Amino acid sequence: MQQLSGVNDMVVRFANVNGTGSASANNLFAKSIVRMGIPVSPKNIFPSNIQGLPTWYEVRVSEKDYLGRRDGVDIMVCVNPQSMMKDVQSVRPGGYFIYDNTKRLHEEFIRDDIHYIGIPMMELSMKNYRDPRQRQLFKNIIYVGALSLLLDIEFNVLEDMIKDQFKKKEKLIPPNIQALELGRTYVRENYEFPLQLRLERRDLVGDRIVIDGNTACGLGAIYGGATVVAWYPITPSTSVAQAFERYANRLRIDPETGQKKFAVIQAEDELAAMGMVIGATWNGSRAFTATSGPGVSLMNEFIGLAYFAEIPVVLINVQRGGPSTGMPTRTQQSDLVSTAYASHGDTKHVLLLPANPKECFEMTAQAFDLADRLQTPIMLMTDLDLGMNDHLSPPLKWDDERKYDRGKVLNAEDLERVKEFGRYLDVDGDGIPYRTLPGTHPSKGAFFTRGTSRDEYARYTEDGAAYVRNVDRLVKKWNTAKTYVPAAELYQDGKESDTGMIFFGTTTYAALEAMDILEADGLVIDSMRLKAFPFGAEVEQFVEEHDQIFIIEQNRDAQMRTLLINELDVNPGKLISVLNYDGMPITADNIKGQIINELMPATVNHK
Amino acid sequence: MTYIRPSFRHPGLPKNDIGFTRADYEGAISTLCAGCGHDSISGAIVQACYEMSLEPHRLAKLSGIGCSSKTPTYFLSHSHGFNSVHGRMPSIATGAYMANRDLVYLGVSGDGDTASIGMGQFVHAIRRNLNMVYIVMNNGCYGLTKGQHSATADAGSKSKDGAINPFQSIDLVGMALELGATFVGRSFSGDKTQLVPLIQAAMSHPGFAFLDVLSPCVTFNNKPESTKSYDYVRAHLEATATIDFVPEKKEITVDYAEGSSKNVKLHDGSRIQLHKLAPNWDPTDRGSAVNRLYEAKSKGEILTGLLYIDQESRDLHELENTVHRPLNSLQETDLNPGAAALENINESFR
Repeated sequence: MQQLSGVNDMVVRFANVNGTGSASANNLFAKSIVRMGIPVSPKNIFPSNIQGLPTWYEVRVSEKDYLGRRDGVDIMVCVNPQSMMKDVQSVRPGGYFIYDNTKRLHEEFIRDDIHYIGIPMMELSMKNYRDPRQRQLFKNIIYVGALSLLLDIEFNVLEDMIKDQFKKKEKLIPPNIQALELGRTYVRENYEFPLQLRLERRDLVGDRIVIDGNTACGLGAIYGGATVVAWYPITPSTSVAQAFERYANRLRIDPETGQKKFAVIQAEDELAAMGMVIGATWNGSRAFTATSGPGVSLMNEFIGLAYFAEIPVVLINVQRGGPSTGMPTRTQQSDLVSTAYASHGDTKHVLLLPANPKECFEMTAQAFDLADRLQTPIMLMTDLDLGMNDHLSPPLKWDDERKYDRGKVLNAEDLERVKEFGRYLDVDGDGIPYRTLPGTHPSKGAFFTRGTSRDEYARYTEDGAAYVRNVDRLVKKWNTAKTYVPAAELYQDGKESDTGMIFFGTTTYAALEAMDILEADGLVIDSMRLKAFPFGAEVEQFVEEHDQIFIIEQNRDAQMRTLLINELDVNPGKLISVLNYDGMPITADNIKGQIINELMPATVNHK
Repeated sequence: MTYIRPSFRHPGLPKNDIGFTRADYEGAISTLCAGCGHDSISGAIVQACYEMSLEPHRLAKLSGIGCSSKTPTYFLSHSHGFNSVHGRMPSIATGAYMANRDLVYLGVSGDGDTASIGMGQFVHAIRRNLNMVYIVMNNGCYGLTKGQHSATADAGSKSKDGAINPFQSIDLVGMALELGATFVGRSFSGDKTQLVPLIQAAMSHPGFAFLDVLSPCVTFNNKPESTKSYDYVRAHLEATATIDFVPEKKEITVDYAEGSSKNVKLHDGSRIQLHKLAPNWDPTDRGSAVNRLYEAKSKGEILTGLLYIDQESRDLHELENTVHRPLNSLQETDLNPGAAALENINESFR
């Protein structure tokens, strides 16, 4: 029988029961590979549930540094009888099925084209541990021990990780090491090892870190100077506010008084969360909220107020599968239109599109500068895959010379100096007016903030001409925004092909991998990664220059394509959609298949 | 016609301790209906701030949507104002207060804005003991959309178009007491003598100070059958006490007969002196306030005055243990942990 083989190139999937402590064992597995200098990309595929339902953890190991998801499972570690049938079927021919053989595997689970490796995880755990919770937890460590021998994971790497993990609970180190040994001993006595599919130390990780996007966003907000966070719990964004608070409790405490240089308010709902952000930024703090699609829907009215009254707002949207409650624990890029044009009336908002945790950090910090500079909502569009999964990311960097850009705010001295203050006067010709903060000056600079139409001096008016002047100035500001937001990234010097592809966010991993595969097949496609909306001149040029452009995105309705058509006045026939919206991160094979199908429909069947 | 008040002032106008005239606390000319109770409340706010010698720019005025929420335009033109969206003023106030704890926050809302669309935010602002004055200008109807019943309209009351309200009313004062509000008062727009010191006491209170002010709608809800009309309210008022607000630096000048007065000391050293009209009345006892409120209600009377005050009130910033400096005044050096700290963080993810 065929045996999958190779070094540092595989997908290992763990099938667990939610709430049984498998996450830390699986994490131990993934991180130990990183510590051997090999790139990995782990994905948590979890249910909307706390305990009892099936959950999977998938680790792609790639010597070529491909960090996107890949279809097909090479090694399945199955410790969940509930999902076993599906799990057996998902293994690629020649792959390995590792299972708990404490009980005999029923015949219906036997395929003749995959290899079965039974480890009596439960039996070993029952024999060696007494406490029921421990028995459950160490069962997971036992399979990591078994895998370490089967795949050639260096034992001292695992040992060091266990020691790091339990630095503060040293008592737990020996039983964990013992559990690893139990798995190893069983493999040593019963199987040939390592498998033909195995690992080997490399030096490919460099200074990179393993971090999830939500933590990076939370840190970005700390470094960006946020002092007020208002939020309402919603998967998959919850850990953004939590990460902010965790780090703030370490980094933002007054050493003398023990008091906090920040405030985190868990609001009563998303509406209130957005209201609190608006109140705080109106009053001169940097503030943000983190939410997901349903939260943005609820915040719509307030987002329109912030746009129209020109109040800086930072909103982190960790997108999940919609519409409605949708697939709360699956990923999508399906809030682009609803966020870009959130609220009634003529509104449009700046979007930032990070593709990895480093960018989550940088763009979150940058979002506060942009919000202050442009006096408008800035939406950071991440997704569940980026936010909740660990990613191998370049390290987070901060330049100590960097100063916050607080934008056009007049202080008391400025107010003494300026001839006249009009909150909505376009003094500089860039569409961005000057603002004042409450409490600044005893007799100058006070104005009334409102969502109703007003003149240049913030006085209520229903005069149509004044209204038009105001909303036209907002368009001017929108055009100014194009010069402030991060430019799109091009992956070639100059034009190399008449065909292009455009992608953004977490689609980037798979798109770059697909680009490599296509190039190996002799197909050169120019590529561009969008980093922001509105689109800059470089995006307009790229679209102009190419005859057909694939727009790769993770939603059903080709929302980025819609934004491109809407904002750039482009011929829609040029823009061809490559879509994936099943809730799982898009794969390179999928992209390649859709592109080939479009370019060479006849060849597809032969491949 | 213009609704902007001329800024010319007679040089001989009396000034308060910090050199401002009463006119310095006024706003634009009201565009509400002539005789609207809300305008009297605006007047009381102007009077209260003038007498307290509050620097106008150290106060922020906030509102939601509705007739009542328009009033911040008509007072304190040297204060920043924020006319937000319907029922959501409390969240704006919460954010604003978190950003700068040094200003006085005056929120104005209506019975529609608070008791219906904004009920959730109102409740949670109380729960967090947000340090603000929250005035509901309560007329039992939606004025700006022409007279529909609101959630505070009493059962059986009749709107201008003759519709009888079949539903029981929400008593915001009773609810605020139950929710644990740390300052609860009720007054009447036509009773400035009571309202001005109540507003002053509310501004001095460190926490959520709720004032339910009955304010008849002359256009849509002032018929004799309405329980929110001038005539009805005047006929059914039952004041708990007369109130004097005594700023810290002032001597107590009002003298009441022994046993009938009560001094409530506020955190900033000022005091509220109450001349009790109701027997067995203690405004620092929540239970007694709730009981008296229900007794009055069962007799068809409207209990007014300072109904409850918690002298131990700890506001949101105290509960959150934030620094005393306003958060909006913190700079990079206070906020940014720097590159070296970030490198340590990176190391923890390797």
